[in-house]
Amino acid sequence: MLTDLMKRELLAEIDRTETRQAACIEALQIVQRHLGWISNETLREIADFLNMTPDELEGVATFYNHIHRKPVGRHVILVCDSVVCWIEGVEEILEHIRATLHIEPGETTSDGLFTLLPVQCLGACDNAPALMIDEELFTNLTPARFDEIVAAYRDGKS
Amino acid sequence: MAVIYIDNKPYEVKEGQSLLNACLSLGFSVPYFCWHPELHSVGACRQCAVKQFRNESDTRGFIIMSCMTPVEDGLCISIDDPEARQFRASIIEMLMLNHPHDCPVCDEGGECHLQDMTVMTGHVRRRTRFPKRTYRNQDLGPFLNHEMNRCIQCYRCLRFYRDYAGGRDFNVFGIHQRLYFGRYEDGKLESEFSGNLVEVCPTGVFTDKTFMKHFTRKWDLQTAPSICVHCSVGCNTIVGERYGTVRRILNRFNREVNGYFLCDRGRFGYEFVNSELRIRRPLVRDARTAEAQPANKAAALKRVAQILRKTPGLIGIGSPRASLESNYALRKLVGPDRFFAGVSGAEQRLITAILDSMRKPSVLSPSLQEVERADAVLLLGEDVPNTAPRLALALRQSVRVRPMTLADQLCVPRWMDHAVRLVVHDARGPLYIATPYRTRLDSLATKTLRGAPDDIARLGFAVAHELSTDSPAVAGLSEEAQSLAHEIAQALQGASCPLVMSGTGCGSMAVVQAADAVARSLRKTGRPAMLSFIVPECNSLGLGILGGGSLEDAVERILKGDAHNLIILQSNLFRRLDRETVEEVFEKIEHVVVLDHVANRCVERADVVLPSATFAESDGTFVNNEGRGQRFFQVMVPQGDVQASWRWIRDIADALDKGELAPWTSLDDLIADMAASVQRLKEVVRIAPAADFRMTGMRIARESHRYSGRTAVTAYVSVHEPKPPQDDDSPLAFSMEGFQGHVPPAVIPRFWSPGWNSIQAVNKFQSEVGGPLAGGDPGIRLIEPMENVEKGQEGAIVPEPFRPRTDACLLVPLFHVFGSEELSMLSPAIAEAAPEPYVGLSPEDADRLGLRDGNTVAVRWDETELTLPAKIMDDLPGGLAGLPHGLPGLSGFVLPRWGKIRAK
Repeated sequence: MLTDLMKRELLAEIDRTETRQAACIEALQIVQRHLGWISNETLREIADFLNMTPDELEGVATFYNHIHRKPVGRHVILVCDSVVCWIEGVEEILEHIRATLHIEPGETTSDGLFTLLPVQCLGACDNAPALMIDEELFTNLTPARFDEIVAAYRDGKS
Repeated sequence: MAVIYIDNKPYEVKEGQSLLNACLSLGFSVPYFCWHPELHSVGACRQCAVKQFRNESDTRGFIIMSCMTPVEDGLCISIDDPEARQFRASIIEMLMLNHPHDCPVCDEGGECHLQDMTVMTGHVRRRTRFPKRTYRNQDLGPFLNHEMNRCIQCYRCLRFYRDYAGGRDFNVFGIHQRLYFGRYEDGKLESEFSGNLVEVCPTGVFTDKTFMKHFTRKWDLQTAPSICVHCSVGCNTIVGERYGTVRRILNRFNREVNGYFLCDRGRFGYEFVNSELRIRRPLVRDARTAEAQPANKAAALKRVAQILRKTPGLIGIGSPRASLESNYALRKLVGPDRFFAGVSGAEQRLITAILDSMRKPSVLSPSLQEVERADAVLLLGEDVPNTAPRLALALRQSVRVRPMTLADQLCVPRWMDHAVRLVVHDARGPLYIATPYRTRLDSLATKTLRGAPDDIARLGFAVAHELSTDSPAVAGLSEEAQSLAHEIAQALQGASCPLVMSGTGCGSMAVVQAADAVARSLRKTGRPAMLSFIVPECNSLGLGILGGGSLEDAVERILKGDAHNLIILQSNLFRRLDRETVEEVFEKIEHVVVLDHVANRCVERADVVLPSATFAESDGTFVNNEGRGQRFFQVMVPQGDVQASWRWIRDIADALDKGELAPWTSLDDLIADMAASVQRLKEVVRIAPAADFRMTGMRIARESHRYSGRTAVTAYVSVHEPKPPQDDDSPLAFSMEGFQGHVPPAVIPRFWSPGWNSIQAVNKFQSEVGGPLAGGDPGIRLIEPMENVEKGQEGAIVPEPFRPRTDACLLVPLFHVFGSEELSMLSPAIAEAAPEPYVGLSPEDADRLGLRDGNTVAVRWDETELTLPAKIMDDLPGGLAGLPHGLPGLSGFVLPRWGKIRAK
């Protein structure tokens, strides 16, 4: 359900664009920020709100990897798997994540806390390997450093 | 003109076109996928790569995409260059990473553009050993099958469906190697042009679901050129047959009419030909109440002769869905004064007015192609997407004509499709729509007006008066309507090719006269006005030319006791007149002979029923809404005693010893007779080559070189190969023996060319790619404006404004592309797509009557009462109610008329 707050934010975005449809990318992001992901029902509602068909909006939603069309955990871990991070040992990090969180890329931990997704370059090649949790960037990763970061989130860091 | 060098040889070509277009027009085989002659270039697939050289001393050159390169004088390219060849082969190899190797069991196999292009580039060996990506397919409804694994991501489907045809329930999902072309969720594709994806898709992602149920390879189909019978546009089609049943309909390119596309009613409506309800043997009833008995041909004709001899006073009722030839034959048999057009008086008056209008000087009835080029359009009263869908698709293109000049200003070639769409964006040329209810073109309209037919006519007259004060003023017009009229007049006057479109859909003479008035007034301002009318059926205008009284006139003759015997040609009177009247006719008349394809209520009541051939089993001529006479050809020999209606009529004449009335042994005899006796039809002989036409001494083969099983098809009956059936009526042969090459455009049975097995082979049949067929587009315009015709409609009367009544609603017809047309509704796929009957109510009237959506209501007038669920239509003006035209139980009355509505 789109709440009044979401609708107000959407309208503010629509105000800045020439047509309602043009606000669709922002709209998906806004709603995802509130709900964590975009369900089929939510997608229909946003489409209606923007005078689009669900087919039109789904084309946009599925084009962008970071619009989640399936439920994700409370925190999304984006691990860079592009070439510099690979040279700098991202595979070791990934192996460590698999061993400690028991999830593969694309999966969510059973406690619903973390979802692991691969990403193409976070723009932090100089400090590779890198990952991002929600909107925070972490660089020069080692398995130990990863454990510290994750512990902080487990302790309630949001 | 420019001179370009292709592999060191000079060629003279038109400047400004795309290089791919030029190469294909010159006959070179450059492979392509995303390019389509009507959808133009986007440069997405990289398949049409060729090498360009900077100058004569440049030996290395560089790869370019020919579809994205404009032709310039001195352009130097190589198609044969090894590097370019390798590039093209590697593109195919890349597409083949994921494309299934299922050609032998794929529905597209043998007529697949991807197969053709693969062979053309020479890619033969798969090097990759990784798994292919796979998809879940969607159920897209009764028309199309979906097989996404075959997709090569050329985007043509989306560019046709969304960009060209305006469909909004189809899209591409995902990104890079995981693209998905489909709907948000399973369900019927909403656009009435979805069937074109079958031809637009270069592989087998979208295939014809009705065809799959009785699948036959292209080379095993017997094919013939035909004309669609499901509306008045007269799209050219190719009918495919095998084992005595029609298997599918494909588009037959005609630049002036349908171009590359058909509507779904035309493509999937054919299955009535194979219907269980078909009449294959004559039926004879000894008494009206007796059970009909099958009879052989001779017995049936004997019975007819007996009936017709016993009592004099024979009259004939013709049909707007029968050919000119069959109607003419009946008219000849019964005499012109005893021949009646099989339509209501109301419809006939409209058709007559339209024919008069078309003959009046200076205003041209445009071809569909000309409609596409109109740069300002006024649409009066006609729900075009439902009554003439292909014309609606043309109007959709017309709104792009005006903004296209933006692209010209930026020097973006018009064929550079993506760039042009970015420039044009949402800009649209003027399109004004005045109809009783919302149409699917409204989203493109500059402005719309919702009103009763009389109010629509008043707007038309107001526009006419704005343009020329010779046209009468409209008294008591609201300020709003006045300013709209002014705006429309300005738009039409400011256009270089303005078009007024209207039709019989409203059932209103005032609307037709108003459309005529606008076009005439426009002409007086010095504009080259075009005026297009849509009529109800495939040969409404042809029948109109032949004349004859209306159905009501026929009924009057019968009830007066002046006519005792009746021949009904391909018409179900119960659809055209109210039931009581038809019952009265059957009470009064002594004998009825019916000629028709399928069982209907008239057939059930007839004394003798003669099985007449459908469009697929006979030859003949239809006159479309433009006034273009077009010939359709028989694709198969019908089963049983089925024969063309005109042959039955000739046989009746013979049985009556009146053979001199019908001295025809072949269609050409009949056409010559008709052309000689009906002045307005004298050109009909020129429409297509006569039956004695030969190509290098040979007939034209309906079957391909590779037609299989010729000797085996009937081997269960006889091991001897049967003699191919004779065809006295056309230059085509029911055989694979005969001429297979290029033939005159009117008799092209299929598009097929060496190396080009798919429908794209049409390139090879055109004078230039995308242009007219080599030899000229088929069809002859039979109705042209005549300078010496007296202008009759100057005295048209402006109607009074519509006044809603509190005790009744004005019932207007609502049209449905799937459901409103009689024959296509006998095809299961079309019937599945048709809505359930309902009555449409305006919110005001629903409120007044205390009705909600889905409530059961009674609609009443005279002796008729219909019980229907109510559907609240927020677009319907108060005082109007709508009845869906032609749906089961909703025919047999003439609208508009007043009816009382109450809750039940």
